Amino acid sequence: MPGLEDLYREIILDHYRSPRNKGELESPPATRVEGFNPLCGDEIVVYVDVEDDTVKDIRIGGQGCSISQSSASMMSAAVKGKSLAEVKGLTKAFKAMMSIHEQSLDGEGEGLEESGESGIDPSEIADVPEEVKLGDLEALRGVVKFPVRIKCATLSWNTLAQGIDEATAG
Amino acid sequence: MNEAGSTGSAGLDVDRIRKDFPILSRDVRGTRLVYLDSANTSQKPQSVLDAMDRYYERSNANVHRGTYLIAQEATDALEGARGIVRRFIGAPSDRNVVFTKNATEAMNLVVRAWGTKHLREGDAVVLTEMEHHANIVPWHQLAEAIGIELRWIPVTDEGHLDTADLDRLLDGAKVLSFTAMSNVLGTVTPVAELVARAHDAGAIAIVDASQHVPHIATDVQAWGADFVAFTGHKLLGPTGIGVLYGTEEILEATPPFLGGGEMILNVTKDGFTHTELPWKFEAGTPMIAEAVGLGAACEYLTGLGMDAVRQHEVELTAYTLRTLTERFGDDVTIHGPSEPAARGGVFSFAYKDIHPHDLTQVFDEHGVCVRAGHHCAKPLMRALGVNATARASLYVYNDTDDIDALADAMDAAGQFFSF
Repeated sequence: MPGLEDLYREIILDHYRSPRNKGELESPPATRVEGFNPLCGDEIVVYVDVEDDTVKDIRIGGQGCSISQSSASMMSAAVKGKSLAEVKGLTKAFKAMMSIHEQSLDGEGEGLEESGESGIDPSEIADVPEEVKLGDLEALRGVVKFPVRIKCATLSWNTLAQGIDEATAG
Repeated sequence: MNEAGSTGSAGLDVDRIRKDFPILSRDVRGTRLVYLDSANTSQKPQSVLDAMDRYYERSNANVHRGTYLIAQEATDALEGARGIVRRFIGAPSDRNVVFTKNATEAMNLVVRAWGTKHLREGDAVVLTEMEHHANIVPWHQLAEAIGIELRWIPVTDEGHLDTADLDRLLDGAKVLSFTAMSNVLGTVTPVAELVARAHDAGAIAIVDASQHVPHIATDVQAWGADFVAFTGHKLLGPTGIGVLYGTEEILEATPPFLGGGEMILNVTKDGFTHTELPWKFEAGTPMIAEAVGLGAACEYLTGLGMDAVRQHEVELTAYTLRTLTERFGDDVTIHGPSEPAARGGVFSFAYKDIHPHDLTQVFDEHGVCVRAGHHCAKPLMRALGVNATARASLYVYNDTDDIDALADAMDAAGQFFSF
């Protein structure tokens, strides 16, 4: 049975205590997008500045639990300065990690395989580029053992994807 | 702490009651199940489970049509349950008791069927800031469809309705729709007084009693409300059954909600005639076993005595408020009225700076079931200035040991997240 230490790794708590890239960017020129987790009421705000197909800068606002806040913090550090293609690859790799269907849960995932709680469509995690390194984000791997928390971890990523879509539209 | 050997109260023998609920004898994660989420859904006593099994094992048939014996038994079981519910809430006749899927469907029936027929563009509907989404979203939908105006009774810092401006809010309004007990704050509202104020202003009164009927003796006629909605699964009954009470006058003035079998008198190629109350609102084969379960739940509560249930919960509420305050001082913020008699056993709280999701995740390690989130009351969350709370809630099977377990789990969470 998964325990708290599977969920709350030290690096997660560190990002929760000291969130990276917290704050706001002037928008415009940056794009401001809000994300909501309807289950728990968490709200996140992503400010993303896209220039020359690159995430030039990013800031995170809003409130949430340790999982959603640390995921947002780690995401901001991981995508800052990366090309949009690299961000897309990271997003796929992260969502693949969060997808119960794709995970072998060290034999501990009894009964979880059929859960639809992740809200991740298989098309979102097809063809993950092999060279992608998740780095610190690997610490969130334990979240899949707590299905109701997966949406906490993916909230900032979905919000970022929406922000990039808006920033690059038209 | 309670006296040795007794975990109950003057109201109820909780040790005996706990034996009636099979789920309470299971353990989770190697520890005793401490269920403190009854405002979300309640656990079910053996008598409810047995009644539903007995119906399926002996009398299962469709209702209101078969000429054979078990079809008559099934019809008697359904209509018998309606009679039990009618007595439980003090309704004058079975004609006033409509079975629905849940309280949400009951509210939608009122808004869609009554509201669409009787409200026009610009008509005002008065709600309160402490409503469940079930008493907000259907009105928003009607506002989108026909352009009604929504007005809001605010909530005071103590968690009571602020009625200082009620005359102005009700001026010209057609509807006052409000909760009898907040599912977030536990606040018990002055239902009869609010209904009278609505009627004085020429508005109808709709009461969301989902949190009230399970915990406090309810007399819909004493309230004088036009409609009262509640759900079965919060009052020891099964999921999938709720109740809409309406006065004869207003139910007659409400067109059918859903069309189909059961609700008709006659159907031709040119149209239909609906049948009489309450079946006019019960299209299709109803939830027979669930109604039987709800009837058994009402009988169980009647056996305990609703006054004793209320006394038990007021005492345990006082114990909870005292325990959390004594053990955690300024580290804990409990929303809602501080006076136990003014509230139900629902405690939305914040502890240190620990997010409710993280708090309840640690509770789960200790077998303590507490809900985290916005509790389907986002306007109230906004008024409280929070995104989410942890919410513990009580029922007949909870005792002081459960509250002590909650406090111990809070201690553990405080240590885990100490930075």
